[in-house]
Amino acid sequence: MAMTDEEILTGLGEIVDEVAGVPADQVTPDKTFVDDLDIDSLSMVEIAVAAQDKFGVEIPDEQLKDLKTVQDVVDYVKRSAVSA
Amino acid sequence: MGTDRTRVVVTGLGAITPVGADVASTWQALLAGRSGAVALTEDWAAELPARIAAWATVDPATKIDRVQARRLDRCEQFALVAAREAWADAGTPEVDGDRLGVVVSSGIGGVSSTINAYDILKEKGWGRVPPFTVPMLMPNGSAGWIGIELGATAGVHTTVSACASGAEAIGYAIDMIRSGRADVVMAGGTEAAIMQLNIAAFAAMRALSTRNDEPQRASRPFDKGRDGFVLGEGAGMVVLESEEHAARRGARVYAEAAGAGYSADAHHIAQPEPGGIGIRKAIDRALANARVQPEQIVHINAHATSTLAGDAVEAQAVAAALGEYAAGVVMSSTKSMTGHLLGGAGAVESVAAILALRDMVAPPTINLEDPDDDAGLTISAEPHELKARGSGPTAVLNDSFGFGGANVALVFTTA
Repeated sequence: MAMTDEEILTGLGEIVDEVAGVPADQVTPDKTFVDDLDIDSLSMVEIAVAAQDKFGVEIPDEQLKDLKTVQDVVDYVKRSAVSA
Repeated sequence: MGTDRTRVVVTGLGAITPVGADVASTWQALLAGRSGAVALTEDWAAELPARIAAWATVDPATKIDRVQARRLDRCEQFALVAAREAWADAGTPEVDGDRLGVVVSSGIGGVSSTINAYDILKEKGWGRVPPFTVPMLMPNGSAGWIGIELGATAGVHTTVSACASGAEAIGYAIDMIRSGRADVVMAGGTEAAIMQLNIAAFAAMRALSTRNDEPQRASRPFDKGRDGFVLGEGAGMVVLESEEHAARRGARVYAEAAGAGYSADAHHIAQPEPGGIGIRKAIDRALANARVQPEQIVHINAHATSTLAGDAVEAQAVAAALGEYAAGVVMSSTKSMTGHLLGGAGAVESVAAILALRDMVAPPTINLEDPDDDAGLTISAEPHELKARGSGPTAVLNDSFGFGGANVALVFTTA
């Protein structure tokens, strides 16, 4: 069953809180990972791995580098889930 | 003493061990003769010949911010907790980063993280290996993290010499200050190696006690019934400082870190050289480096791990080094209570030696029921009063020996 934007956002917020200690309610669509949420590149890899497990989608490195904002990840997950 | 070189003093202590979550509780437990050893009841231990270990009294992850803790191997967690205690104990001094160093060692580093990453690799592929695996498994990880936290830019070092690692760290730190590279150094050792692979590996060498039905009586250094060591875990830290820097900020001084002596056996990769020649040299060199006479020594925290060969050789060598002054020296093996902390041992035992000097009481060597030849030294199953003698500051020794034949002896004196 397809996940809604809300569901993906909530799931992503849990992951970012778990990995980087940023409270889930601060993980809003417009935020950039690096500048707004202060998340370094190793943490991004951890977030990608956790997202892969939670949402069942693969995020190769070439794709990951283009995911700058929270919304970028939500859109990616939605796109990948649909084509799976 | 001489004013030709910088005097190094101890201004902070930290520890997290199988008998206490910090220095005060550890010291109290040691004086009370409490053992930290328990039976290993985990599934992974069921098939092992040695099923005894001394876990730390507290899980270090519970003492660290959750997000930080998940990026640290357990040995790094121990190191960070102990270092924080030592730094606070030293009064959280303001130090220019370029005058602040870290020397924190581990015998094997983050081995549990290595095993965890390997299992994930085999099961799920490289993409699921945690990105922080390398900093978690590298033996210098603890030193790195502590250096970051303290802002230490003079240098961050890890001296690996197996079971002498923690003592060697303190020796290196003394030199770092004397050579002018730093005014303050956080020094110590850590280890968290209680897991199936390590126990199997030590058991394969027949190095561990198999007194599985009586875990608290298994570690019995200097006792005729000893049959190998008990694996422990934890960390010990000391803050070393130039005397001048400590005086300028009104720091409380525990003792002077008077000197270090080293030698290598060049004999066997894991067995002690039966003549104890290397041990004797390390002690002689430590006394010379500290400018201390044997007469000033009142106590030695021995390496003695409860192995048949090692303990006997050490007693003979210590007695030979101290000569006529051996009688009257109280030798303790706190490994009788904490087990063997490997890379953490030399540091935790330095903390114990410093406190013995402060309180003028030696901790007991428990499980001493049928003492082996003590070579004229005093080895007691009870805490033992220490009495100053001779002229000159009262002094204590701590010695640690590691596989590979490394011998380290440290001397601490009243400041």
